[in-house]
Amino acid sequence: MHKYCKLLRVTLLAAAVAFALPAQAGKRDNSVKLAANQVPESLDAYFNNVRVGVILAHHIWDTLIYRDPKTNEYKPSLSTGWRWIDDKTLEFDLRHGVKFHNGAAFDADDVVYTLNFVSKPENKSTTQQNVNWIASAEKIDQFKVRIHLKKPFPAALEYLAGPVVIYPHEYYAKVGPKGMSEKPVGSGPYMVVENQPGRLVRLKRNPNYFKDSPKPQPQIETLELRLIPDQNTQTAELMAGGLDWIFNVPPDQAQQLKTVPTLQVKAGESMRVVFLTMASGEQTPTPVLKDIRVRKAIIHAINRQAMLKTVVGESARVIHTLCFPAQFGCTDEGAPRYDYNPAKSKELLKEAGYPNGFDIDLYAYRERPQTEAVIGYLRAVGIRANLRFMQYAAMRDAIREHKAGFAHQTWGSFSVNDVSAMTPVYFKFSADDVTRDPQVRDLLEAGDTSVKPEVRKVAYKNALKRIAEQAYVVPMYSLPVYYAYAKDLQFQPYPDEIPRFWEYRWK
Amino acid sequence: MLQYALKRAVLALLVALTVSLICFLLVNLSTDVATAMAGEGATAEAIDVIRHQYGLDRPLPVQYVEWLGHAARGDFGDSLYFRTPVAALVLERMPTTMILGGAALGFALLLSIPLGVVAALKPNSWVDRLTLTIAVVGQAMPTFWFALLLMFLFGVTLHLLPISGGDTWQHFILPSIALGYYATPAIMRLTRSGMLEVLESDYIRTARAKGLGNTSVLFKHALRNAVAPVVALAAVQLGFLLGGSVVIETVFALNGLGYLAWEAIGHNDFPVVQAVVLLISLVYIVLTLLADLANAWLDPRIRIG
Repeated sequence: MHKYCKLLRVTLLAAAVAFALPAQAGKRDNSVKLAANQVPESLDAYFNNVRVGVILAHHIWDTLIYRDPKTNEYKPSLSTGWRWIDDKTLEFDLRHGVKFHNGAAFDADDVVYTLNFVSKPENKSTTQQNVNWIASAEKIDQFKVRIHLKKPFPAALEYLAGPVVIYPHEYYAKVGPKGMSEKPVGSGPYMVVENQPGRLVRLKRNPNYFKDSPKPQPQIETLELRLIPDQNTQTAELMAGGLDWIFNVPPDQAQQLKTVPTLQVKAGESMRVVFLTMASGEQTPTPVLKDIRVRKAIIHAINRQAMLKTVVGESARVIHTLCFPAQFGCTDEGAPRYDYNPAKSKELLKEAGYPNGFDIDLYAYRERPQTEAVIGYLRAVGIRANLRFMQYAAMRDAIREHKAGFAHQTWGSFSVNDVSAMTPVYFKFSADDVTRDPQVRDLLEAGDTSVKPEVRKVAYKNALKRIAEQAYVVPMYSLPVYYAYAKDLQFQPYPDEIPRFWEYRWK
Repeated sequence: MLQYALKRAVLALLVALTVSLICFLLVNLSTDVATAMAGEGATAEAIDVIRHQYGLDRPLPVQYVEWLGHAARGDFGDSLYFRTPVAALVLERMPTTMILGGAALGFALLLSIPLGVVAALKPNSWVDRLTLTIAVVGQAMPTFWFALLLMFLFGVTLHLLPISGGDTWQHFILPSIALGYYATPAIMRLTRSGMLEVLESDYIRTARAKGLGNTSVLFKHALRNAVAPVVALAAVQLGFLLGGSVVIETVFALNGLGYLAWEAIGHNDFPVVQAVVLLISLVYIVLTLLADLANAWLDPRIRIG
């Protein structure tokens, strides 16, 4: 089926390239028409967990802090200054003169109401992990608030610069998450003027966007987001001029689209990293992976660099520790590097008592061609990996129930640029920790709970080094995201996979 | 006749119940609904909170019986994903699917009946072979493939028709052709065989002997009789087309029941999956029931046998 789809895409694209007309639907009226393949269940940012929901949230609302995606530096946004009062208390000075789209003035009540509402589990926020570190928010005066944390959580600033957006309190109290989804009201550079659930969301430039915002004043007048589930249909619309911008284009299709004269294709490295987990803990369903020599043999067997060129795509890079290189605390300094060395892999397998290799199930849920490449490399050294391809939820269940010991996984860290959003997920004795090394857990805990950056860096470095030394996972590479868009649109991709249309413009 | 109708109606109800049970079991056994709802990044604790909040930690029979009781009163609960009443979601999406189904069936009838008649008039000729080829291609080609071909030809290359969406009637042309083509072969074959049978019958020979013109014989006498079974088949095909709308609506981004089903399956939104499957099944069952009753009314041998 996949092969046929690919063949069809290639054939049709090649045929259509010859006839394609200028594909710049939005240039004439200074709008950008874009498409996504998933419907956010709610436009309320705390009640959806899909990528397009995150993208919309950054355009409709603002956060207390802004992280500059170019420098990763924190900048004032809705707050003008912040400080740690103690390990569990953050204080914010709020900006004067900011207005929400409905004309309401922004102040401390908005921050307090929003954070207290979404952090209460009984309010059923879907994105619990983004807010479950908040104990409460407290109003000090009209333009000063304190956020009390449940426990020391230095990555709090990163969350406050990302998914934790601020709502107008009176409006949110009146309409609740349902009303906020139907008619979102924020303070961001774009305001929602039309929302047809499951079909399209139309945003218009906010003419009263506050001038001191770290987000530049938007230039594009209208953004129209259409939900088109099928990737081939999105491509057809882009080529026919019905769309100006699409993302997550499959690499092979991206190569074809490069030949269309009216389009541009750009690959951007994303924060999503790919890795293979190898259950070596007590409850492993694959005891063979308990042997460190076997785990090292697996890493040596895979030519990650070659995979980048053949199946992964441009802008990706090989990683040597389990984190995205730009994340705070991520480093491969001092960690061993395992080169591609099939001879050494075979030798290690022989030493471990598997001169003829062994059979093992490899679980996967996306990037199937990459998993198949891995299987090919493993077979070359005698490891007969059998592909078990399934939906993400099913794979995760199997891992948590100790039925899947060897899995091809990816993790996007929720675009949080801090290693606490990545490595601890798999190494802090959670249900996803299939290794359970107390030393790693303690090091990560030290990094997760100190508010001193230097202490955190050392703790994470030692944890990542220990994980690499023990070969607990196979760190593979970062994943690229391919964007295809009209040639005259100025666009810049970022690793957090969030397009920033307030920055872009038509040439 | 009444006894026959009642018997068929009870059977139809049992089929509907079985479908709902199978659907419920398949959704629940394939994966953990709470994990799917929580999304990729959720911790085990967050998933547990969601499982408890939505009552997903109760035994499956309890969940099923509760759902069935509410469904009988028209309450399908709230969508786990969209967090709105399922009944409202389904009603909102229904018209698109009905328009698509109706238009697709219309296209199928418009294409297949003339082709079937032409094939019957010239059996085993090149015309017959050509119509057979059309039928075979329609049956063999996956609908999504055909849909993409149409899209690239009429949308990308010729710029004649819109590619996706459902804002205007033009948006329904390509999806209706793609969906309707799938139903064409069955209707065409039935028309052809019906026409062949009727054209051989005594009363047609009599009509010809009376000196009636070819057109009159064909349209006034032969076609009217040959097409009767096609009407029953068309009702059943409409059920198929509604089921087939899952693929077509997804490919053409039409916001109907099929697309809703696709979204719901992807998010393990089992109240929506069950409601849509049940609804489409009910439509199919009702159409089949009506076709059965119509046949029985026309042909007493069926209700006696």
